[in-house]
Amino acid sequence: MNDIADTTDYVTFNCSGQSFGLPIERVQDVFKPTKITPVPLADPEIAGVLNLRGRIVTAIDLATRLNLASRANSATAMAIGIEHRSESFGLLVDEVSEVLKLPESERESNPINLDHALSRVSAGVFRLDRELLIVLDVDRILAARERAPGEVTSSRDA
Amino acid sequence: MDELLRDFLTETGENLDRVDEQLVRLEHEPNDAHILGNIFRLVHTIKGTCGFLELPRLEALTHAAETLMGKFRDGMPVTGEAVTLILTTIDRVKTILDELDRFGREPAGDDADVIRRLTATAGQRHQGSADRGSVASPEAAEQARIDKPGDETKKPLSHSIRVSVDTLDQLMTTVSELVLSRNQLLEIVRQQGDSEFNVPLQRLSNVTVQLQEGVMKTRMQPIGYAWQKLPRVVRDLSTELGKDIGLEMHGADTELDRQVLDLVKDPLTHLVRNCADHGIESPIERSAAGKSRRGTIRLSACHQGGYVIIEVADDGRGLDTAGINAKAVEMGLASEAELAAKPQAEINNLIFSPGFSTAARVTSVSGRGVGMDVVRSNIEQIGGTVDLKSVPGSGTVFTIRIPLTLAIVPALIVAVGEGRFAIPQLAILELVRVGGGAAHRIERLKDAPILRLRNKLVPLVHLKEVLRLGDGANEDGFVVITQVGNQVFGAIVDNVFHTEEIVIKPMSSRLRHIGIFSGTTILGDGSVILILDPNGVAQALGRAAQSESAVVFDSRSPEENFREDSVSLLIFRAGSHRQKAVPLSLVTRLEEIDCRRIEISDGRHLVQYRDQLMPLLHFETGNGVKTHGKQPILVFSDHGRSMGLVVDEIVDIVEHKLDIEVTGDRPDVLGYAVINGITTEIIDVGHFLPEAFEGWFRRRDLSASPSARGTRTILLVDDSAFFRDMLTPLIKASGYQVVAVGSAAEALAALKSDSQFDLVVTDLEMPDMDGFALTWAIKRVPSAAAVPVIGLAAMISPDTIERGRTVGLHRFVAKFDRSSLIAAIKENSAGIGRAA
Repeated sequence: MNDIADTTDYVTFNCSGQSFGLPIERVQDVFKPTKITPVPLADPEIAGVLNLRGRIVTAIDLATRLNLASRANSATAMAIGIEHRSESFGLLVDEVSEVLKLPESERESNPINLDHALSRVSAGVFRLDRELLIVLDVDRILAARERAPGEVTSSRDA
Repeated sequence: MDELLRDFLTETGENLDRVDEQLVRLEHEPNDAHILGNIFRLVHTIKGTCGFLELPRLEALTHAAETLMGKFRDGMPVTGEAVTLILTTIDRVKTILDELDRFGREPAGDDADVIRRLTATAGQRHQGSADRGSVASPEAAEQARIDKPGDETKKPLSHSIRVSVDTLDQLMTTVSELVLSRNQLLEIVRQQGDSEFNVPLQRLSNVTVQLQEGVMKTRMQPIGYAWQKLPRVVRDLSTELGKDIGLEMHGADTELDRQVLDLVKDPLTHLVRNCADHGIESPIERSAAGKSRRGTIRLSACHQGGYVIIEVADDGRGLDTAGINAKAVEMGLASEAELAAKPQAEINNLIFSPGFSTAARVTSVSGRGVGMDVVRSNIEQIGGTVDLKSVPGSGTVFTIRIPLTLAIVPALIVAVGEGRFAIPQLAILELVRVGGGAAHRIERLKDAPILRLRNKLVPLVHLKEVLRLGDGANEDGFVVITQVGNQVFGAIVDNVFHTEEIVIKPMSSRLRHIGIFSGTTILGDGSVILILDPNGVAQALGRAAQSESAVVFDSRSPEENFREDSVSLLIFRAGSHRQKAVPLSLVTRLEEIDCRRIEISDGRHLVQYRDQLMPLLHFETGNGVKTHGKQPILVFSDHGRSMGLVVDEIVDIVEHKLDIEVTGDRPDVLGYAVINGITTEIIDVGHFLPEAFEGWFRRRDLSASPSARGTRTILLVDDSAFFRDMLTPLIKASGYQVVAVGSAAEALAALKSDSQFDLVVTDLEMPDMDGFALTWAIKRVPSAAAVPVIGLAAMISPDTIERGRTVGLHRFVAKFDRSSLIAAIKENSAGIGRAA
């Protein structure tokens, strides 16, 4: 009953046991991050910066960003490369799974009891057969963490 | 698009910018035949080319403008309206050119309106000047041509070619890639040791450097290009706002990378608009304030290290501090209490916050609430900083500091903890090995790490602590000596590796707020490292010092309030056998000079020191100046003047409470203190200064007899640390407790937080908030309104006295007339009991 035109391809992935999806046109590439350089004084969710074929990518630890339990084994992490305002970002996740073609009409709004950190970055939810898939709003994920008024640099909280 | 048309567009664009500039000049110097000739020729060239390329709209417009210009040349008076009309015409021409650039043809439309006005203006006064004009015309045209035969438009083009900026950018990117590959090869060869690749790689390396330098050079442009439009902007704003504003430009030939130049253009324009709109007052206000009717905006640029410093200054009213404070509270950026505790200079920087505008009414010029934050983020994006200084009533200065080039710089790779970082070579003065048997070691003054380097005391910062990569207990390693502005400081790192040409990549937007890094780069081994910004490190140094003092200030209880803090004292021997001491903060440097360099003139000892003749003084009771060998001296400096005090021997630096026992009976001694069990004379630097320089300040003999010791407390406010440090022991020696602060804002905070002060002594001339403003503010703090205020004035004029009376100052004392100051303190603190 759904038209082909009304479906979106989602790259799906898993982070701390939760399934997420990103519209495929927002995903630049999927890669295995190596040699991440940590950035002192950065926000906790910033895992660091890395070199991906001559581009500098800022790696964001999705689990930390979303207050999920931290990933069990960081060595097996994968990264989803995203272009955002002509900068490169990499979302660190546990596992990247298949690409799903999902009808937009089945995307539901956030359940009201969804965790605050999650609901802020969720663009809706799909009910899959075995699990729920949260569609991530990339722009929200990549926006700077909300700061308390007056907080200018992270070195303030010294 | 047609190649011919493309060339026409580029050339005409440049010519029109010049016409703009020249027209504004013509308005001020209407009789300058040379300027007129220039404009005429430029317009004429455009008209001619338009005809050739069949661009009828442009041709008609420029033809009409040329006719009017011809009248000027024939002697018709140049009026403001006429210039405005021509500028309007040029704007129309630009609009058409934009369309032409986008679509390749002239847009449909009609310029009859402009042309009619041009013709009317040209015809209107024709009669009056007709006879004179008809005679002068051919000659004047000829004259203009002869005046400057080799002028730009006629210059042969044989030595330059036009290259599109895109080509240059592409070239630069390619060179960056080449540098990275070269670095990778170097890294591989370094690991292999001896290799047959060494020689060819060396050659490749040299060629790469030459190529890189060549490409960089092609990208350099004088900053004047970014300023070209500004005379017009200022002129239009003056008209629109009804102000009289002059624009001065200095250092227009300062070169910088065109990428940087492009990015800095808009912020500069915005700052200039801001100065014109908010800074410069109307002619009436200016006259009322005793200023010239004409306001001035001054642009200047110069090179400093690897940076270009650009200043945009105006002589207007300064920032509206009250407005900024109110707005900051309104926007929730800070509470009133927080504001009171901050120096105004820091609060002023809030104008760079997003959405910050204090303009009561929104004008078409600025004050739309967008702008200053964009200015700052644009400048920071290119690794620059913007700072402002404002003096109420006399103007505002914006200082922009941007790197010369964004592309490739040599950098030193250092290790801090587990991490590696790059420090741009340009910022590094030298590298010093410390600890582990090296000649230098890290010492501590209180908790602050210090390095003694050739008799200079260099403050240090532990990068490990600043970057929170562990504690800085490790005192073995290297100190990278750096200079930011006038501040020389050292950054302690664990190890240093090699230097490498790094290709600077901008910092991710998510990391830019950290401030201590200026960018990222990819090393030869493929890993990403962060580039440390010495400017940011310097701020961390300042923050450490500030937060410490802030903590001390907030946490003290009333009892602690009067506990005398210990100070660093320099212990030395000179003159008599008795040990002497002076607060270390007063001493600029310790030097040992060769006695052969000491000259005697007019019975005074002098030595060539840093391109100046520095007077040497000695204790009256002592042996005087040595005649052979090395002579140790203490150098004291203030406001660019230095004096050397001859000593026999420097003994030590100690931390000690400055607890002066008895007021000295000798003019050169403030009093005695027991330091480490030894009675020590605390010397009075103030005694020597007037001896060194008649006129450094007027001084009467100090006969401050010891007063009955009270427990009265005086709040001393002076922005000069030197005089703060000098007056504090003086006042203490007269039997008072002293709390010294460096700004009016700190003084107010101190007065608000406790009411135990008996008297305020304030310097009248201070940045941001002067002594008068402070006094006015004190009288409005309920708990402090009764505290008398003594003002230290450099010059007491009837005007000063009047201002003082208005704000409620109790007494003036000539700055540095110390006996009067002590007398005034006694008088004013006597009758008043503790407010508490």
